[in-house]
Amino acid sequence: MLTYILRRLLYSIPVLIAASFIIFSFVSIASNPLAFLQMQPQISQETLQLIAERKHLDEPIPVRYAHWVKEAVTERFGTTTIGDRPIWPDLRRVMGNTAQLIITAELIAVFLAILIGVYSAVRQYSVFDYSATTFSFLGLATPNFWLALMLQVLVVNILERYDIRLFYVSGLSSVDPGTGLQFFLDRAQHLALPVFVLATASIASYSRFMRASMLEVINSDYVRTARAKGLNERKVIMRHAFRNALIPLVTLVALGFGGLFGGAIVTETVFSLDGMGFFFIQALGDGDPYPVMAWLMITATIIIFFNLVADVVYGILDPRVRYD
Amino acid sequence: MTDQRFDEQQPQEPSAGGMAPTPTFGGVTQHSGPIAEVGEPTELSLTWESGVELKTRSQWQYALIRFLRHRLAMGSLVVLLGIFAVAIFAEQIAPYAFDDIDLENINAPPTTAGNHFFGTDMLGRDYFSRVVFGMRTSVWVALVVALLSTAIGTAIGAIAGYFGGWVDNILMRFTDLILTLPGLAILLVAAVYFGAGDPLRVAIILALLFWTGIARIVRGVFLSLREKEYVEAAKASGSGDTRIILRHMLPNTVGPIVVNATLVVAAAILTEAGLSFLGFGIQPPNPALGKLISDGQSEGLKLWWLVTFPGLVIVIIALAINFIGDGLRDALDPTQRRIRA
Repeated sequence: MLTYILRRLLYSIPVLIAASFIIFSFVSIASNPLAFLQMQPQISQETLQLIAERKHLDEPIPVRYAHWVKEAVTERFGTTTIGDRPIWPDLRRVMGNTAQLIITAELIAVFLAILIGVYSAVRQYSVFDYSATTFSFLGLATPNFWLALMLQVLVVNILERYDIRLFYVSGLSSVDPGTGLQFFLDRAQHLALPVFVLATASIASYSRFMRASMLEVINSDYVRTARAKGLNERKVIMRHAFRNALIPLVTLVALGFGGLFGGAIVTETVFSLDGMGFFFIQALGDGDPYPVMAWLMITATIIIFFNLVADVVYGILDPRVRYD
Repeated sequence: MTDQRFDEQQPQEPSAGGMAPTPTFGGVTQHSGPIAEVGEPTELSLTWESGVELKTRSQWQYALIRFLRHRLAMGSLVVLLGIFAVAIFAEQIAPYAFDDIDLENINAPPTTAGNHFFGTDMLGRDYFSRVVFGMRTSVWVALVVALLSTAIGTAIGAIAGYFGGWVDNILMRFTDLILTLPGLAILLVAAVYFGAGDPLRVAIILALLFWTGIARIVRGVFLSLREKEYVEAAKASGSGDTRIILRHMLPNTVGPIVVNATLVVAAAILTEAGLSFLGFGIQPPNPALGKLISDGQSEGLKLWWLVTFPGLVIVIIALAINFIGDGLRDALDPTQRRIRA
């Protein structure tokens, strides 16, 4: 097992290097870091020349890639083209905020999706099953940003008409969030809607998957054996069926992490949350490729890490998978 | 004799062209069993004489019957055809041009007066008309994406699955690599730097990311088809690679390809709406549903109708397409005995 984990870890290294090269060459070929600055008349030719030298813009792509990697490793992605500000402090701040959003949403989503999926499978073709299926079809057909906007419309209208503030529709904290419990409540009021939006999309797909996986297990031979030897239904479902049906979901959740960042981009933009998505859209709007590349690199690393986790956890959970 | 037997397998194959080729094949042999195979020669010549085409078509007829009986899918198909009709005849259906400014009728909530079913925006433009024209753009983009990504994905998947070995290794590692990148972010970067705005460009950018799913599916089916006797027979009789791929293997992959292409249309509608909403997709003067929503939102959400209706249309389109895809999947799956009522 340990050798497998080590080997899998080693395999991630070339993937990471290849991903970094693709990201760098894709963004660098597409963009001109100086385009935005060249449009500003007050910036002199000398300044542009200095920036071009600092970022090695006159060199061929492979050389620039080497410089970029060196800067990324030794100076934490270096500085922005515009304003020469360090990228890392901003990126680290927004990563923390997005982590709060994504992790809360995923925990809620996985928990509810398991409940819904298992119950739908156990009571197949019941009213609950049909409603859950309808809900998940609706969830999969609803654009994230539109759901977010409709929630905002609802909350804003409740506030206008009844003067009740249930949730905030933008930002991460109030101007004066307070401390302790007060801070926590304030944060919860801000994060409730974005978490709801992100979780809805995840629940829609996870619960369908959980249902299918549970149905497959319920109809398998060993579950019939468990019933035949006289175990009560509860034990059959919880101890024999449920545990095995859970294994594929682990993979799905771990592999679905890339999609979450996409969801975060849209959701954070609608709710003006100071997270990774917001950061990314702003960097794109500024026309500065360096923070964009740093962002892509960080997310690619996280995704590759979760792919690794998916494989390893699958190996631990499913004893049929053997490594040698 | 042996030749005929191999040929006989061919009309059977479409049954393996469903979603799960390997178990299906197992199913077929199980049903006929070893005894049936002994008795086959006489039957075989019958099938042979009555025409290979006829038997092939009947498989499709079964699929068609299954699809026609799938109520939800048929209902969705009617809805979708209606939406296509509206998109095609936008000029005739929309009461106004999508950029008609009427400053005397600004910010009107939905009303039948003056046919402003979806209300008007801050410039007095009729939102129903804007949505109708936006539908045309969004549906057109989604169809182009489905067509292009299916073509790219099928080609790559077929080559990887047919040739296997290092070709497969390189192509699939590349596909995996693309899947490790955050999709929407890559789309946004491409849209910003390669200049989106024009619907065709947006479609091409989307297609360049969407082919990976189809490529993996086609590769999977090809990997299993490649081991089939009829492919071996075709090789033995001297058919070239291109002929085997196009004439023998691709027709048996049509099921999964069609189902996936359908689902890509829905995914493309949603993604394009997201891109346009963020301001990096389709740009004015082209109307698009996502852009209409972000335009409507700029008035501080007081004009709820500007946000609600374009979004509802997106949901209806995506829902209908997903239901059709589901119905197609069931219909094209030959192991489906139960015909859904």
